[in-house]
Amino acid sequence: MSKNTVSDRFRKVDVDEYDENKFVDEEEGGENQGGPDEAEVDSLLRQYPLTLSAVLKNPPINTKNQNAKERAEQLVVKVLSSFKSSDIEKAVGSLDKAGVDLLMKYIYRGFEKPSDNSSAVLLQWHEKALAVGGVGSIVRVLTARKTV
Amino acid sequence: TLFYYLTTQTQAAHLYNNCDSSSIPAVCLASVQTCRCTVLDWSRCPAIPGTKIGPVEIAVSPNNNAVNIYEKNGKDWVKIHELTEHSGRITGIDWAPQSNRIVTCASDRNAYVWTLKDGVWKPTLVLVRINRAATCVKWSPLENKFALGSGARLISICYFEQENDWWLSKHIKKSICSTVLSLDWHPNNILLAAGSADLHCRIFSTYIKDIEEKPGPTAWGAKMPFGEMMLEHKDCGGWVHSVSFSPSGDQLAWVAHNSSISVADATQGKEVIQLTSDSLPLLSVLYISPTEIVAAGHDCCPYQYTYKGPRSLEFVKKLDIPKQTSKGNMSAMQHFRNLDKKATDEEIGDLDALHQNSITQLRIVSLDKAKVVQYSSVGLDGAMVIWDFKP
Repeated sequence: MSKNTVSDRFRKVDVDEYDENKFVDEEEGGENQGGPDEAEVDSLLRQYPLTLSAVLKNPPINTKNQNAKERAEQLVVKVLSSFKSSDIEKAVGSLDKAGVDLLMKYIYRGFEKPSDNSSAVLLQWHEKALAVGGVGSIVRVLTARKTV
Repeated sequence: TLFYYLTTQTQAAHLYNNCDSSSIPAVCLASVQTCRCTVLDWSRCPAIPGTKIGPVEIAVSPNNNAVNIYEKNGKDWVKIHELTEHSGRITGIDWAPQSNRIVTCASDRNAYVWTLKDGVWKPTLVLVRINRAATCVKWSPLENKFALGSGARLISICYFEQENDWWLSKHIKKSICSTVLSLDWHPNNILLAAGSADLHCRIFSTYIKDIEEKPGPTAWGAKMPFGEMMLEHKDCGGWVHSVSFSPSGDQLAWVAHNSSISVADATQGKEVIQLTSDSLPLLSVLYISPTEIVAAGHDCCPYQYTYKGPRSLEFVKKLDIPKQTSKGNMSAMQHFRNLDKKATDEEIGDLDALHQNSITQLRIVSLDKAKVVQYSSVGLDGAMVIWDFKP
């Protein structure tokens, strides 16, 4: 019987870190992926009709910089909230396959941190994106190891 | 299409729809790769001299540690053999048509080669030397060796050593970081494609100089020492569930868990084109003709794709078009019954497809002069469907 029967600190040890066969994702340089350009997006927000292309540019997928990812996410949610409900379908229709997948990734990221009315807006976008991308686009959100 | 339902209780496969027995081919090919629920294999029995039609047999494992061999007798399937040697769940069966040998692998880290002697299937243990479960097994085209994928993050290439009368294995470990999920052989009997859970798809050379001639150059490369990696496609987007070479061997198709199908073309500098789909992930892929590919998975329906040249991988059509059944009017009794059972009074029918659950494996059933005529699908619903391929 070991001496130390009180401490349960051992339960917090991450044994996977000590596994020599641990699977590591390949590192791919993401240093120059800063996310969409804030200034550009802000100026486009004042224009009409609103477009998604600017805010979906340069997604911070490969970078590990959490700040960049959060900034990008907030920007995207801001843009998505500025759209009128009736324009959502057309905006989604203007995206290509990769764009729809990226939009889905941002939508689910947005669901993770709800604020004010964001979830309701995101749900509307989700419905329209699902109609175009199908469940396949959601599967790709789940399987992507490097995401926004 | 012919539809069979495999039941474990009665140990026989029953025919659901009427099948046209004249469509049974003279030579039945087929071997079924691993299936999560049922592992299925077709035999290619040599035809009885003097007749055109040979007996149709399948080797099935209903998610346990035994393999049952059924023979088609008129409209019924009759169980004629039971192969019990494994102590773990069978994960792969492959039936070699020319030499009439069956190789089985299981989660008990073993593989056996079965040969028919005096009407009884006798097992021979294979020294695979793995410390994790085997996941998939495939005979090479010339049947002088077979490849075994496993959770030990390596592939065992096994060949028969005449001197000591046993099966030996050589391991391919290079750069494989996780479980090998699927294997397929190139027609040249040397190159082997492997899909893995480390999200990569690779082609290795399995040239064993003791048992075969040095291979000539192919579109994938000229130098092929054992274990050489001729192709490594990184980050296929998800687990690579299934791989399939084209009949010529110049293209390799695979399906990954991110709901995509990809083709690597050796004639185009090994360029890879990926087509994402809007449906659930595909689990099995089969190259049916030089240009047509059939894939099926969690959508319970086989899809046809075509790859005709660089950058042209396209979806063709859904291959399961169920007959329209008249729903009819629901009685009041039915309404209340539905409300009680399913909390809704809508008519919730079965899935609008032959399979009622994910299709886990596609296999070629018969060929007519190297052209695939029929292929089979098995699924988690325990059903097996034989499809006719009409190009």
